[in-house]
Amino acid sequence: MLEPSILTASLVHGLANGAVYALVALGLSLVYGVLHIINFAHGALLMAALYGVYFLVERLGLDPYAAIPILVPAAGAAGYLLHRWVVAKASRGREEAVLLVTLGIALVLENLAVALFRSDTRTIETGWAFAMVAVGPALLPAAKLAAAAGALLAVALLWALVRATDLGRAIRAVAKDREAARLVGIDVEHVFALAFAIGTATLGAAACLLLPTYYVSPQVGHGFVLIAFTIVVLGGMGSFWGAFWGGLLIGVVESLGGLFLGESLGQIGIFAIFIATLLLRPTGLFGRAV
Amino acid sequence: MNRIATVSHPRSSPLSRRHLLAGTAGGVAALAAPALLRAQPAPVKIGLLHPVTGFLAFSGQQCREGALMAIEAINAAGGIRSLGGAKLEPVLGDAQSKPEVGAAEVEKMNEAGVAAIIGAFSSAISLATTQSAARYGIPHIVDVGVSDQIVQRGLANTFRFCPGYGLIAQIAIDNLVALNDAAGKPARTVAIVHEESLFGTGTAQLLQKELPARGFEVVEVAKHANPTRDFTNVVLKLKALAPDIVIPANYYNEYVLLARTMRQQGVRPKAIYSVLGGAASSFKFVKEFPDDAAYIMDCNHWYDPRKAEALELRRKVEARGLFYTYEVFLAHEAVRLLADALERAGSASRERIVEALATSRWDGHFMPYGPTRFVNGQNEGARPVNTQVLNGTIEVIFPAEFASARPVFPMPRA
Repeated sequence: MLEPSILTASLVHGLANGAVYALVALGLSLVYGVLHIINFAHGALLMAALYGVYFLVERLGLDPYAAIPILVPAAGAAGYLLHRWVVAKASRGREEAVLLVTLGIALVLENLAVALFRSDTRTIETGWAFAMVAVGPALLPAAKLAAAAGALLAVALLWALVRATDLGRAIRAVAKDREAARLVGIDVEHVFALAFAIGTATLGAAACLLLPTYYVSPQVGHGFVLIAFTIVVLGGMGSFWGAFWGGLLIGVVESLGGLFLGESLGQIGIFAIFIATLLLRPTGLFGRAV
Repeated sequence: MNRIATVSHPRSSPLSRRHLLAGTAGGVAALAAPALLRAQPAPVKIGLLHPVTGFLAFSGQQCREGALMAIEAINAAGGIRSLGGAKLEPVLGDAQSKPEVGAAEVEKMNEAGVAAIIGAFSSAISLATTQSAARYGIPHIVDVGVSDQIVQRGLANTFRFCPGYGLIAQIAIDNLVALNDAAGKPARTVAIVHEESLFGTGTAQLLQKELPARGFEVVEVAKHANPTRDFTNVVLKLKALAPDIVIPANYYNEYVLLARTMRQQGVRPKAIYSVLGGAASSFKFVKEFPDDAAYIMDCNHWYDPRKAEALELRRKVEARGLFYTYEVFLAHEAVRLLADALERAGSASRERIVEALATSRWDGHFMPYGPTRFVNGQNEGARPVNTQVLNGTIEVIFPAEFASARPVFPMPRA
C-alpha cells in the first residue's frame, strides 16, 4: 500500500529524531556507567534545560542554536553542583539512596516548573522553522536536520572526551573500579560529579536542538525519560555505542510505528522492544554479561 | 407615632388616624428615598470558567476576553435595570485545560456565590463543569462546547446557545454534497484527521457514519494527541492515500501545524474542508500564515455579517490587538443571553435565572440563529455557517442568504 518514497521519508524522519534520542540517552548511560545509578532526574533536568532555552530565545531574542554555548556550560555547572551539594550529600554514598534522591529532585523540579511557569505548553517561533530540505526522496524540516547533525556532532565530541582526554580516562577508570582508581590518586568524588555534569550538559545541548521543533511544558521530560531508559536497556547499560545505535533504532521504530499504527498507538513498538530486550537479552545489544 | 396620634386626638375617628399615619409614612418615605437611590444594588456575580492555561490556553483566553468585554459593555450601559441597575461582577476561573480542574473551579465559584456560570470552551471540560454546577442548581451557559452529550443528560441548569456537533456535522455534509454536485462531483474519497478528546472523536464518528451514505468513501481516520508537535507521519500517510478531501477536526495549534505540514510535504487535496476546524475560520491563522490558509473551507460558528453589532464588536476586539475568533463572539453573546435572562427574572436567584433561560426568546444577539428557544437546554435555532479563506480574508459561502463569496472548489493546484 505504501510507496517506497513514503517509507523512506518516515525512515529519515525516524533517524533524525533518533539522533537526538541517542544524545539524551548517552547522558543517562554515562551517569549509569560511572555512578551505577539510574538518574531519575534526567527527564526533569531536560525539562529545566528546555525552559532555559525558551527564556533565552523569548527574553534575549537569541537564536536557539546560539544558545548552545551558553546553555551547555550552564547545564554542566548546574549538574556538577547538584551532584556535589545534593545527590552526594543526601545519599551518603549509598547507591539505593542516590536513586531516591534523583527521584526527589525530579519531583521538586517538575512542581517548581508548574508553580513558576504554570502547566502551559510553550513553543518558540523561528523564521526558518518551516523551511524544508530534500533528503533523497524525503522532505525533512531544516530544523530536524540541524538537530540531527548537532546531535551527531555532540555524540562525536562526547566520544572524543571519553576516549582521548585525561578526564575521559579518569571517568573510565572510576567506572571500572572506583577503589583502584582512588588508589592511583584519582579524586573519585570529583569524577562522580563531573560525570553527572557531563550527563546534564548533554541535556543542555539536546534542549537547544529540540526546542525549534518541539515544545516545553513541566511534564515534557516524562516522554523522553521513558524513551531514554528503553534505549539504555536496549543498547546495554552503560554502553556508549549501545546508547547511540539504540537511539537511532528507537527513533525509526517510533516513526514507522506511527505510520502503520497511527499516532496514538505508534509508541507501542518502543515498549514491545523494551520488554523483548528484558526477556531475551537482558544485557542489551552491546552489553556484557555481568 | 400611633400612640401619639391616639393620645393627642383621643376622639378622632379611625379614618383620620389612618390619614395621619399615611401622611407620616409618606413623609418618612420621602426623606428616605434619596438614600435608597444612592445605594448601589448588590452586584450579580457571574463565574467565567475557561481553560486559560494548558494546551487550550489561546482559546480559553479568547473566551474570557469576549465575556469580559460583554460584561464591561452591560455595566457601562447601566447594568441590569430590573435589579435597580445591578452591575455584573466577573468571578474568573481557570480549568487549566483539564475537566477535573474545571469541576473543582465550580466548587470555588459556588463558595463565591455566583448567580450563574459561563464556560467552558471545550466539550470535555463543559461536561464536567455543567454536572458540578447542576449539584448546586447554578445556571450554566455553555459558550462553545459542541458535544451533544452536554445537553442530553437532562440537566435543568445547562443551556447551550451555539449548535452541537450533531447538527454541525449534518449541515457540513449537506453543504459538502451541494458543493461537490455543483462542481460535477470531482471528489469521492475523504480522510478525517481528528484530535483525541470528546469533541474530535465524536465529530469523526458522526462523519464516518454519515459520509458513506452520501456517496463518499472514508479512506483514513487519523487520531492524534494534544499537543502534537509533529504531523509528518499523518501527512505522509495522506500523501500515500491521496484523498480528494481532507477533513480536520481539531484545536488551533494542531490545525495550523497540520495545514502547514501538508503544504510542506506537497499534499494538495481538492479541498481541505474542516468541520469545526480549530483554525480554519480564524483571523489569526489567516493573518499569520496566509499561504497555508488559502482556500481552506470550514463549517463552524460564525456571526451574522448583516448585523451591525457583530461588526462593531469586531472593531472593538481588533482595537485591543486581539483576533475576532468564534471564541470571542460566542462567549460575548453567552453573557448577553444571561443578562437578558437576569433582566426578565428580576432576581439573581439561581432558580429564577434557570426559569428565565428556559423560557428565553431573545433576539437581540448577532448570531444567525433567530430568537432563542431552548429545548432540553439546547438553543434550537442555532446554526453553523460555512466559510472559505479567499484573498486573505474569511468569506461566508453558505448559507446563501448572507454568503459574501462563491466557493472555490476544487482548490487550484498551487
